[in-house]
Amino acid sequence: MTKRRQYLISLGLVLLAAAVCYGISAYLGYRVIAFILLLTVSLIAITFDILPVLASAALSAFIWDFFFIPPRFTFHVNNTEDIILLIMYFVIALISGVLTYKIRQMEKASRKKEEKATTLKLYDTLLNSLSHELRTPIATIIAATDNIQSGNVKLTQENKDELIAEIATASFRLNQQVENLLSMSRLESGFIKPKIKWYDISELVYETVKKIEENNITQKISININPNLPLIKTDKLLLEQILYNLVNNACLYTRYNAAIRITALLHTDILQLLVEDNGDGFPPEEIENVFDKFYRLKNSKAGGTGLGLSIVKGFVEVLKGNIRLENNSTGGAKFTISLPVETSYLKV
Amino acid sequence: MNKAEILIIDDEEQIRRMLEITLRTNNYTITEAVNGNEGLIMASNHPPDLILLDLGLPDKGGLSVLQELRNWYTGPVIILSVQNSEEVIVSALDKGANDYLSKPFRTGELLARIRSALRTTIAEENEPVINSEDLQIDLMTRTVKKKGEFVKLTNTEYSLLAMFARNEGKVLTHHYLLRAVWGPGFINQSQYLRVFIAQIRKKIEDDPNRPEYLVTESGVGYRFIIKQMQ
Repeated sequence: MTKRRQYLISLGLVLLAAAVCYGISAYLGYRVIAFILLLTVSLIAITFDILPVLASAALSAFIWDFFFIPPRFTFHVNNTEDIILLIMYFVIALISGVLTYKIRQMEKASRKKEEKATTLKLYDTLLNSLSHELRTPIATIIAATDNIQSGNVKLTQENKDELIAEIATASFRLNQQVENLLSMSRLESGFIKPKIKWYDISELVYETVKKIEENNITQKISININPNLPLIKTDKLLLEQILYNLVNNACLYTRYNAAIRITALLHTDILQLLVEDNGDGFPPEEIENVFDKFYRLKNSKAGGTGLGLSIVKGFVEVLKGNIRLENNSTGGAKFTISLPVETSYLKV
Repeated sequence: MNKAEILIIDDEEQIRRMLEITLRTNNYTITEAVNGNEGLIMASNHPPDLILLDLGLPDKGGLSVLQELRNWYTGPVIILSVQNSEEVIVSALDKGANDYLSKPFRTGELLARIRSALRTTIAEENEPVINSEDLQIDLMTRTVKKKGEFVKLTNTEYSLLAMFARNEGKVLTHHYLLRAVWGPGFINQSQYLRVFIAQIRKKIEDDPNRPEYLVTESGVGYRFIIKQMQ
């Protein structure tokens, strides 16, 4: 509420209370009226800032003095008792104003503290999962290279090849985590400007799937895209990362040989991308949280930072679209992305 | 085998060492420079057959090193850059770099780029026939065969494919292709290119969705790769 409004409302309330009291002043003593006005000021103090409260305290004191304390319609006060009452009235009104103000300041401070604690906790979670996610592959690389360099004669060529394969997997994982972190920091900085150009959606999907299939996944990825879709305008890097994270997630969290299906549909100028799998789906009570930063399913396996899906959501929003997650009829997960796009049926 | 000389200009010692081992064991002779100025001096004292140039140098940007090099050095330059920096890569290619590699890259990729960069400078014009497993392109008779059958191409499709065939293994940027095939007025019409590439793929690829000859270089352009006959 603006300052001006606060003054208007609080002074208006004092005037209203005073008018009511004036109407019934024939039946009530002026000292009772003091209490009614004091009550009004206390109520104002609960909701408004300190300055409007002090202003209404002062106004009500003058009103009480002028309109109600005999002799009425003068600021003059005859007896000593009334002078003491008037001073006390003013002091009590001030105290109630200052007190409620102080209480509210304290509330604010504790809320800030709480927020700080939440941020700290989030930061801790981040650090824990990050250091784990980064250190595991690094530890693998260091241990594997040590092993190879050890000159241990029992180490067969086959063993060495296995160790080298571990190093390769670890470096790939490290690279992916760094990629995610960079995406997240781009998102957090708020400076992502989509670079919108014309793309063939099916080429974009196939390129992304090719990258994922290079990771030697066991899942079977099928792609359903009408070959006659028009070109669409979008940001390739963002859309690729969205798809990559969704499909990669499906690969990480579904069983051996599971099926993943990607579908692209165009409804006039809305591009719809569906990523479905035949895994176990998401626990319904956790679906609303899965896009939160650092959120990981309660029983999810080790590894993962809880960044992937939050990046997906962030990037979808940068492209002015929305994303929905549900479990499909057979129980697997189904992500639906809707993006507004410009299209072009360029015929040659 | 080859004994081509390669100059590595990169400030990261570890990358230099890794490149040195990889390339030396593949029969290349290696010289190394740790920054742009040193690289320029070394290149002018003794011009190498190929230069590997990192874009993120401490003393002067890789792009300006490239520009200075191109005032007199005509050999191939392959730039090394970090992931997701397509814009810089494109401008380096426009400024005369022959190819690029994004860190982290695979050794196989590195060797393939070097091979094709060295090859394009050696045999640019005396190889009018492209022969691979199931695709033949004859630039003299302007004919293309897929699995022994003649492929019908429109004029534009053929011009594009011929351009790729002449630059086999080398990345061609969107701008370069648009300017060369459609003309300077069309360099921002990347959608033309996408449509024609899709058409060509339908005619020469086994699965146009998973191209093996005409591959996409994300955000940069396309590359024509020939499956060598075994």
